[in-house]
Amino acid sequence: MTVTDVHKDPTALTMTVASEWNAPIARVWQLWADPRKLERWWGPPTYPATVVEHDLRPGGKVSYFMTSPDGEQYHGWWKVVAVEEPHRLDLEDGFADTEGNPIDTMPTMQSTVTFDELPTGATRMLIETRFPSVEAMDQMIQMGMEEGLTSAMGQIGAILATA
Amino acid sequence: MYNHMVVGERRVPEAERTDLLFHALADATRRDIVRLVLHGEHSVSDLARRYPMSFAAVQKHVAVLERADLITKHQQGRERMVRGRIDAVRDVNRLLDELEASWRDRMQRFGDVLAEPDEGEHR
Repeated sequence: MTVTDVHKDPTALTMTVASEWNAPIARVWQLWADPRKLERWWGPPTYPATVVEHDLRPGGKVSYFMTSPDGEQYHGWWKVVAVEEPHRLDLEDGFADTEGNPIDTMPTMQSTVTFDELPTGATRMLIETRFPSVEAMDQMIQMGMEEGLTSAMGQIGAILATA
Repeated sequence: MYNHMVVGERRVPEAERTDLLFHALADATRRDIVRLVLHGEHSVSDLARRYPMSFAAVQKHVAVLERADLITKHQQGRERMVRGRIDAVRDVNRLLDELEASWRDRMQRFGDVLAEPDEGEHR
């Protein structure tokens, strides 16, 4: 199973992605808590992610970079706001310079990830992303596009098929 | 199976129009006005009664929204009526669509990693 619902609210500037996984909650949590697993799904195959720091404790920092096909690196970070293993993760998500230092002039977004065990033993995961303003949302999404996140859409299927 | 949607139509707005749009929606009161008038017409004086600010201030907000094409105004009797333009709001929606596409990609990969046998686990 995978994404079950996506709710977008253009006036509140939020998006919530609901998904369900046929796996125990601890295993789903591991995909966030294990940096080697995290880097395998965070970035697309064309812009692989490398997690540098990974301290998933309140106040902790996760830093990573993504490498473009030309070898250019795009750095990002999370500030861990709250953690409740394996049920909840509150993150602030932003961009960093080439040294990995947060860029203060760039907007950040807030994410809340919640994990729920279903009676079937499956796990429901909700990811809510909140933007402070439309400009911030635009900027973040434009940057994301540079990172190949919103990849040259039609091409990604082909890339994955050969990966 | 890679089954996610393909985002066909890309947003190619004129830079200036986008600037106006983002500037207009950057303010909470203006966002609220847009939300309100998308659901039905309101007169400028009715809008002015809803916010703790002067009539002139609300009028100014309405003007910014009008420049950004988010609303239209027309005269009805003695009142200036304000109506939302759903097309303009869809531009913001389109940004969210791009975000949705990136998260669907991610969730696809999430599932791939999750489906791997346990022995691949690093601790």
